[in-house]
Amino acid sequence: MQGMMISRAKELLQDGTVNRVLGWQAGEFVYDITPAVFESAEELDAGFVYNAFCGSNLSKYLIKETIKEGKILVFLKPCDTYSFNQLLTEHRIDRDKIYVIGIPCQGKTSGEMLKAKGISGITGIKEDGDNVIVETIYGNETFARADVLEERCRTCKSKKHVVYDELMGEEGEVLDSGRFDMVAKLEAMTPDERFAFWRSQLSKCIRCNACRNVCPACSCEKCVFDNPNSGISQKAAADSFEENMFHIIRAFHVAGRCTDCGECSRVCPQNIPLHLLNRKFIKDINELYGEYQAGEEAGSRAPLVNYTTGDVEPSIVYHREGK
Amino acid sequence: MPNEVKAFKPKIVAFCCNWCSYAGADLAGTNRLTYPADVKIIRVPCSCRVNPMFILRAFQRGADGVILCGCHPGDCHYTSGNYYARRRMTLLFSMLDYLGIEKERTRVEWVSAAEGAKFAATMNDFVATVTALGENKRLEDLRCKE
Amino acid sequence: MQRIGVFVCWCGSNIAATVDVQAVSDALAKEPGVVYSTNYQYMCSEAGQNMIKNAIKEYNLTGVVVCSCSPRMHEATFRKTVAAAGLNPYMLEVANIREQCSWIHKDKEAGTEKAIVLGRTAIAKVQLNAPLQAGESPVVKRALVIGGGIAGIQTALDIAEAGFDVDIVEKNPTIGGKMTQIDKTFPTLDCAACILTPKMVDCAQNEKIHIYSYSEVESVKGFVGNFTVSIKKKARYVDENKCTGCGECTTKCPMKNVPNEFNLGMDNRRAIYIPFAQAVPKVATIDPNYCNMLKNGKCGLCAKVCGAGAIDYKQQDQIVEEKYGAIVVATGYNPIKLDKFDEFGYSLSKDVITSLEFERLTNAAGPTSGTLLRPSDGKHPHTIVFVQCVGSRDTSGCGKPYCSKICCMYTAKHAMLTREKYPDTDVYVFYIDVRSPGKNYDEFYRRAVEQYGVHYIKGMVGKVAPRADGKIMVQASDLLADEQLHIEADLVVLAAAIEPDKSARPLATMLTASMDTNDFFTEAHAKLRPVESPTAGIFLSGACQGPKDIPDTVSQASAAAAKVIGLLVKDKLTTNPCVAQSNEMMCNGCSSCERVCPYGAITYVDKEFRMPDRTTRVRRVASVNPAVCQGCGACTVACPSGAMDLKGFSNSQIMAEVDAICQMK
Repeated sequence: MQGMMISRAKELLQDGTVNRVLGWQAGEFVYDITPAVFESAEELDAGFVYNAFCGSNLSKYLIKETIKEGKILVFLKPCDTYSFNQLLTEHRIDRDKIYVIGIPCQGKTSGEMLKAKGISGITGIKEDGDNVIVETIYGNETFARADVLEERCRTCKSKKHVVYDELMGEEGEVLDSGRFDMVAKLEAMTPDERFAFWRSQLSKCIRCNACRNVCPACSCEKCVFDNPNSGISQKAAADSFEENMFHIIRAFHVAGRCTDCGECSRVCPQNIPLHLLNRKFIKDINELYGEYQAGEEAGSRAPLVNYTTGDVEPSIVYHREGK
Repeated sequence: MPNEVKAFKPKIVAFCCNWCSYAGADLAGTNRLTYPADVKIIRVPCSCRVNPMFILRAFQRGADGVILCGCHPGDCHYTSGNYYARRRMTLLFSMLDYLGIEKERTRVEWVSAAEGAKFAATMNDFVATVTALGENKRLEDLRCKE
Repeated sequence: MQRIGVFVCWCGSNIAATVDVQAVSDALAKEPGVVYSTNYQYMCSEAGQNMIKNAIKEYNLTGVVVCSCSPRMHEATFRKTVAAAGLNPYMLEVANIREQCSWIHKDKEAGTEKAIVLGRTAIAKVQLNAPLQAGESPVVKRALVIGGGIAGIQTALDIAEAGFDVDIVEKNPTIGGKMTQIDKTFPTLDCAACILTPKMVDCAQNEKIHIYSYSEVESVKGFVGNFTVSIKKKARYVDENKCTGCGECTTKCPMKNVPNEFNLGMDNRRAIYIPFAQAVPKVATIDPNYCNMLKNGKCGLCAKVCGAGAIDYKQQDQIVEEKYGAIVVATGYNPIKLDKFDEFGYSLSKDVITSLEFERLTNAAGPTSGTLLRPSDGKHPHTIVFVQCVGSRDTSGCGKPYCSKICCMYTAKHAMLTREKYPDTDVYVFYIDVRSPGKNYDEFYRRAVEQYGVHYIKGMVGKVAPRADGKIMVQASDLLADEQLHIEADLVVLAAAIEPDKSARPLATMLTASMDTNDFFTEAHAKLRPVESPTAGIFLSGACQGPKDIPDTVSQASAAAAKVIGLLVKDKLTTNPCVAQSNEMMCNGCSSCERVCPYGAITYVDKEFRMPDRTTRVRRVASVNPAVCQGCGACTVACPSGAMDLKGFSNSQIMAEVDAICQMK
């Protein structure tokens, strides 16, 4: 796949369709892949990577890139295309300056999972059918892909590209992989249990802002947490409003706009399952206001900037089943 | 001096829209319908002006209960404001519940300008509910306070 | 830092009785930014306002907090006060320590404590206030009157008299309303038609007045000075411009058995009809529920006999859009349905009728040509029982909790007229109490009792039971004599409660005008602004605001007209400066705000921005039209970046209020 992608990218650079390519390159470590922009065939040959570690959602990077001159080629995995559409809906990216190639994705391998299985000294990764072969300085290790998937890929919502100019591989389908199961499990707990769960999770937060920085929905010109006039940003005090409410405010800010790409949880250095906050909103929206998948359709009206006169009353929260 | 523990007086913030609920609160006053002094009203033009952040802010600053009052659905002075508020608050309250915060600390009531009695009754009921819950500790700091 | 002055009002004893005003002004004097704090008996009085003005000058105040009654009461007053002293009027905040404090808290300690917190909250807000400038918006010099009864007619005539264009929308084929069905009017007993129909004709002939009859309001958009209203002209299948009102068609139409609503179903009309001889416009209307031609394409007789060629079976409903500066609601009332009152036997006997039906039975244009005859057998009734308060002052849930106000007087009128025309008739009136305040009203009622010998009996009727022989048995108690009465009546007349017209509720939603629990429109102030709705530009005329007799209705109609004229003479209105504002540097251009704006006040523009690296960049940013924005704030919450804020109710101001309330001890 990597080879195909590079040669197609070279063609498009060559014929002038695009003048840049947004893809991935290896970072400091092999499994630490970062988004990168390539401007020539040479650069592509030297650095372009696509493998089971390429988890990053490239959509967000288009906000900065489409400000620049010329058209850019971007490779999007199915889940990234939802973010792409959402950004289009919000007028954050310029569709005319982007050439989208949809690329298939079997689910990405989690470095954390490998670490947990005692793997270290990784030098490369290959995919072989349903297995991934991890190359290390100590030799190769083969795993069933399903055993080492990123959490978000285990509950993958869709293998379908909702937008593209051309597609590599076959058109996938929307999946039902039980992504709300964990939310439902939490909902079934007692409030005390839930509180204990979230307190233990959120107490790990070091406010590194990685979740916000990677989130395609969190792409404001100026984030409220960086704006001293917003009344929220209070960097100085450790027990401040900002500190305590950061994750609730962030989740609410992206509610109805979050495509559930799962980048927040993937990048969290403290492994806080942040996607469970976003998925709660998505689940509630689906149940209360009808199924809505942000990014499925560009231009759709997000549930929080919409209403019907027959919407449920907030008191439904008191009467819901469960505890 | 355990015997001198002061009776718990909750801090209640009530956001009231200018056109219906704030006028309803005024009518409660005009009709001398009492409710506890723990309720402090903030006037906003419309229930849709209330940002969930204001509610979180109140809790984090030590409020024990927050109530939002607006025009009845269909009667919004701005035609649709309370419909947006209704969605926002439903989702916010559901999220707070999900985090294990007592859901009874938050409430939305629709009170028209003519419903002074409803305003007073609502406030009496809400204060009683929040008083029974006691001090708000959970949302003040969701993380561990060392 | 602001230099803030605090002014605590006693409101006589209204505040001072349960709030220690001295303690409040002392406590607030210590708040940061407060350089002057005082209290006074009546801050709204001239002396009180002068105190504020003088303090602004003497202490060089930049912000003012008045702790007094509700801002809904005197915010405007105090804004003018601070403006007179050279301060921006929006540098004022009012702490409501009367309606929301002193009047509801009997414990002085708690009241004082709360008043201090409320004052502190207002101080925290005013710290962040900024001077605001009101904008201007143009006024469309045309008024809309919804409802063409006597209220709407009077309002329209008065507005037209002042030289402004005015449209009347009437849902029935003719204007005139309930008054057209009434025979005579109290307390003067002049004939209703004789005083109403000239006014109807005046409306039709006035160049400034346009009547949309058989029409309904479909939608209302906009705001004071600038409403856009869609009016549905229902298809009447007759070309209004061609029809001469000759009435030929209404005598030839073969559908003879259509219940005549003008006579409350007591006689019949044709499928094509003119409601009554003095109808305005005097144009025929085809009732599509009964017309054979419209139902199954067979007949067409009316088209054949119409010399003017006015019949048009293919006519469609038509939507007209018009712009107005002001809207007057004059939707009137209806008697309630009596199906929940079995004890009065309304549905059991034709000879148990409502007062409005009685009007038709005594009206020369009515089904009996004005001779009082029993509907069942056409005989003269010799004993008539009038029952008052049927469904009025009824807290059982079947009727209405309020007094319908007009029934005492019209019942006295009916009783009196009956005795005058038919001296051989016994007339009984059962009442809870007789309410006859009003010029010459009590004299009128006493004439009925003293001069005409009507039997007024204090007591409620328990049961009305029709008997097989045609008599109606009325069981009642005479509370003064403390005895049970059994009266064999020939006719029973029920004074049914009145309620707002059913069209009022959906109309209120369209107008965003508030209603009370009985669906009467709420006035802006019960005493001081009785003909204005709290929604700017919406005015109230007649019984849509509460039960009213004709003199009251006409006075209120003229009052509403005066208010409308006061609005329409202005070329421009100052707009509320508390509108949304987008911080372009922070705007994402995401359109969330645009989607929630109910007024379409937000548009997006591509704008060039200088970037820190000295390049320029074109960005899509939101732009608010301050003349269109009404300041609801929906956009401020929809905005993810917080770029959208509301002047006068900014994020930081509201959070400062939250903090001030929560940080009490």
